Amino acid sequence: MKSRSAAAPFGIWMALFTIVPLAIVVWFAFTDQNGDFTLSNLSAIGEHAGAFGLSIALGAIATILCLVLAYPLAYSISRVSERAQQTMVMIIMLPMWMNFLLRTYAWMSILENNGFINQFLRLIGVLGEGQSLPLINTNGAVVLGMVYNFLPFMVLPLYSVMVKIDRRVIEAAQDLGSNGFQVLFRVIFPLSVPGILSGITMVFVPAVSTFVITKLLGGSKVMLIGDIIESSFIGHGANYHVGAALSLVLMILILICMAFTSLVDKGEDEGGMMA
Amino acid sequence: MKKIVLFLLSGMLVLSLSACGNGQGGEGKTPQSNVTLNVYNWGEYIDDEDFRVNDQFTKETGIKVNYKNFTDNESMYAVLSSGAANYDVIFPSDYMVGKLIRENMLAKINFDNVPNFEYIDESLKNPAYDPQNEYSVPYTWGTVGIFYNTKYVDAADLEQGWDLLWDEDYAGKIFMFDNPRDAFGIALAKLGYSMNTENPDEWQAAYEELARQKPLLQQYVMDQVYDKMINEEGVIAPYYSGDGIIMMDPEEGNPDIAYFVPEEGTNLFVDAMCIPANAQHKTEAEMYINFLCRTDVAKANAEYIGYSTPQTEARAQLDPEIGQNPNFYPPEEVLENTEVFLTLPDETNALMDSLWMTLKK
Amino acid sequence: MKTLSKIYNALIFVFLYAPILVLIIFSFNDSRSRVVWNGFSLRWYETLFQDTELLDSLWLTLTVAVTATVISTLIGTAAAVGIHGMNGRLRKVFMTVNNIPMVNPEIVTGIALMLLFVFIYRATGILQPGFAALLLSHITFCIPYVVLQVMPKLRQTDKHLYEAAMDLGCHPWSAFAKVVMPEIMPGIVTGALMAFTMSLDDFVISLFTSGESAQTLSVTIYAMVKRRVTPEINALSTLMFGTVLILLILVNVLQIRGKPKQTAQ
Repeated sequence: MKSRSAAAPFGIWMALFTIVPLAIVVWFAFTDQNGDFTLSNLSAIGEHAGAFGLSIALGAIATILCLVLAYPLAYSISRVSERAQQTMVMIIMLPMWMNFLLRTYAWMSILENNGFINQFLRLIGVLGEGQSLPLINTNGAVVLGMVYNFLPFMVLPLYSVMVKIDRRVIEAAQDLGSNGFQVLFRVIFPLSVPGILSGITMVFVPAVSTFVITKLLGGSKVMLIGDIIESSFIGHGANYHVGAALSLVLMILILICMAFTSLVDKGEDEGGMMA
Repeated sequence: MKKIVLFLLSGMLVLSLSACGNGQGGEGKTPQSNVTLNVYNWGEYIDDEDFRVNDQFTKETGIKVNYKNFTDNESMYAVLSSGAANYDVIFPSDYMVGKLIRENMLAKINFDNVPNFEYIDESLKNPAYDPQNEYSVPYTWGTVGIFYNTKYVDAADLEQGWDLLWDEDYAGKIFMFDNPRDAFGIALAKLGYSMNTENPDEWQAAYEELARQKPLLQQYVMDQVYDKMINEEGVIAPYYSGDGIIMMDPEEGNPDIAYFVPEEGTNLFVDAMCIPANAQHKTEAEMYINFLCRTDVAKANAEYIGYSTPQTEARAQLDPEIGQNPNFYPPEEVLENTEVFLTLPDETNALMDSLWMTLKK
Repeated sequence: MKTLSKIYNALIFVFLYAPILVLIIFSFNDSRSRVVWNGFSLRWYETLFQDTELLDSLWLTLTVAVTATVISTLIGTAAAVGIHGMNGRLRKVFMTVNNIPMVNPEIVTGIALMLLFVFIYRATGILQPGFAALLLSHITFCIPYVVLQVMPKLRQTDKHLYEAAMDLGCHPWSAFAKVVMPEIMPGIVTGALMAFTMSLDDFVISLFTSGESAQTLSVTIYAMVKRRVTPEINALSTLMFGTVLILLILVNVLQIRGKPKQTAQ
C-alpha cells in the first residue's frame, strides 16, 4: 500500500532523535576523553554498585508500598457507580497537574523538625517542647516522596483492569459459595494481574531513576543512581563518559525488568489496553 | 507502552492547562539597542529589587541584559564546556577562574575599558589564581565560617573551632556544605592541612573526618541553608560570611543567628567577573564589568547581596554596621590565617570527586 | 466494610492533597516562611506578575508546548496511517521504535538527547542546547503518544468505506480527508492533548536539553528549589491549579448537560 510512505517523516525523525542518540550514549560509554575505546567507564560502575543497590532497594520498597496502598483503593473505585468512578479517578489525577518538584518541596514543610507533623505532635503533647521526630532527611522520607509521586501510576492501571472484570463472574463465585476473601484471591486477584504488572513497571522505572527526591527529602546524604547520572552531566565532577556508561547500565537493568514482567504478562497483546 | 492506560484515562483532564497561559509573558520592549548581553551569575547575586542593576545598565547604555543563574561553579563549568551556551560575562570563583584560564576558556580583559578597576582593593589584585590579573575582576569576596543559633549553641562550645561541626551534643542539628571543595576544605583545615594539598593521604584523612561527621548531620545543604537555619531546623552551619546578611536579617531572617571564623584558619574566597573566550560581545561585556565596579552600583550590590565588596569607595560609603563589621571585613589577624582555593591538578580533583561519591553512598 | 473503604479512600486523598493544600495556603502568607503563618496577604501574587524571569519561563513553556504539539500531531498522525498500512514485520520494527521513548527512563532519554546536541554542536557549531534543542526534544517524546492514540482509531475504521469512496471517483487524498479523517479525529485530538500535557509537564528532558539559556517553568522551579523558593511560586501554582480545577468542572458540567441530548438522538 502506498500509505506506508506517510510514516517516512516519522521514521527519519525517530532514527535521528531516538536511535542515533542512544547510539551516541553507547559510543560515549565505551570511549574516553580522547575518543579511544575503553572499558574503564564501565568498570567505574563497580564504584557505584552501592548506589545501584540502594536505588533498586528504595525503588522496590516504594513500588511494593504503592501496590499495597493502591490495590484496595483501585478495587473500591471500580465497584462504585460510573459517575463516582469518574470523579474519583479525577481526584487521583488532579495532583499530577501541579508541578511535581513543588509538591515534593511542600512535603519538606510537612516533615521537617519544625514542620506541621512535629508542630502538631507537640501541640497535642505527644512530643515535649523542642523534641521532634526525625522524619525529614531519611531514606524513609525518600521512599515517601516516591510513593507520593508515583502512586497514581499504580492506581490507574489497576483500576482500568478491575473495572473490566465482569460483575457476573464475581456473582457466580459468590453463588457457588465463595466468601469475600476467596472471591478476592481466587477471582479478582488473578484477573487483575495484568494491571499489577503494568503498575509495577510504571512505578518502578521512574522510582529507580529518580534524582530530585533525594535532594529535597533525603538531605542529599545519599546519592541514587539518578543523582549520580545527573551530576555526571550537570554537576561537580562532570564526566559524560562515565555518565553515559551508568545510563546504559540503568537502561539495560530496566529492560531486563520489563522483559521479566512481559514474560509473565504474555496474555496481553499490543492493542489490548488501548482500545 | 503501558503509560497509555493512564493517559487514556486522563484524556479528559488533559486540556486543562492550556488555558493558564493567557498572561502575556515577557518584559516590556526596550528597543534602544539590538545587542543583548548574556550574563551568567550565581543566584541572588545582584541587586534586582531596589537599585535594579541590570535595568539601570540597560537604561544607561541601551544594552539589554539576558541574565541567568547558576548554583555552583561546577555546573557553570559543565554548561560552559559543553558548548551549551554563549555567555558574555560569567562570575566564577577563584579556583574556577584558574581552571578556566588553564583551559583557555577565558578572554583577556581590556582594562582600558574598565577604568573603575582602580577602585578595587590592592590586596585582591594579582591574585594567585590570575597572577598577572589579565582575566578577572573581583566582584565579591568573603570568608567561610560557622553560623550558629545563639539560643541553642553554648558560647563556650565555639572554642572548639571547626570541631564544633563534629560535636555530638548537636547531632542532627548540624548542616554541611553540599559541594566537595568546600566540605573537604573544612575537613583539611580542621586537620591542619592546606586546603590546596595535593597529598592523597591528607585527602584520605579528610575523607575519614567527613565520613565520621555524616551521622551527625541533618543534611548536606547549599543555599537551602537560609531557610533551614532561619526556621531553626538546625543550629550550626558552615557557610559564606556574606550570607549572614540574609540569615540574620531582623525581618526576613532570624536575629538569633551569629557567625564566627574558627581560629584554625579558613578559606578566603573571591568571586570574579570574567569574559569567556567565545563571548560575542566582548566590548559590551567590559562595559558591564566596569559598570558593576562603579561606586554607586557596587554599593547597591554590596548592600543587597551582603557579600564583602572589593570596591574600596563603595565600602567606605556603606553603613558602618556593615562596612566596619568584622564578620564581613575581618581584621588583619583573621585574614592572615586564610587560604584562597587554587586550581587543583586533575588527579587531585578526580580523587576528591571519587571520595565525595563514596561519602554519599 | 463500606465505611471502612470510604475512610481508607479518604485517607489516601488526604495524602495526595496535603502538600497541595500547604502550597496553596502559604501562597497567601505574609512572609517568606514555609511553616509559620504570618497573616493573609496577596503580596506574592503582586510580585509574581512583576517577576520577568518566571513569566518568561512560563511563556517559553507554553510556546514550546504548543509548537511541539502541532508538529508532533502532524508527524504522529501521518506515522499512524503509514504504520497501519504496513505488514507484520516492518510494523513491528516501527512500533518498537515508537515505544523506545516511552519505555526508557526519562533521565536516559534526556541525557541521550543532550549528548546528541552536544555532539552536533561540536561537529558543526549549530544546535547548541537551547530553544531549538528543547523543541526538537519535546517533539520527539510527544510523537509516540500521538501514534498510540491514532492507531486504534484507524483499526476501527472500515477499510471498505475508503475503497468505496475511491471507486466512486474520489481522489485518494480527498477520500482520506472525507472518509478516514472524521473517523480518527477523536484519536488525533486525544493524542494532541496528551502531547501538550507531556510537554508542559516535562522536567527531566528539559533540564538536560535546555542548556540554561531557554529555561522552562519546571527547570526554573528546579533552580529555585535548590536555593530558596519564594512564595511567588506557590502563587503561580495556585493559579495554575485553580485554572485546571475550573476547567475540569466546566468540562464535567458540559458532559452532564450533553449526555441526555445524545441519548435522545
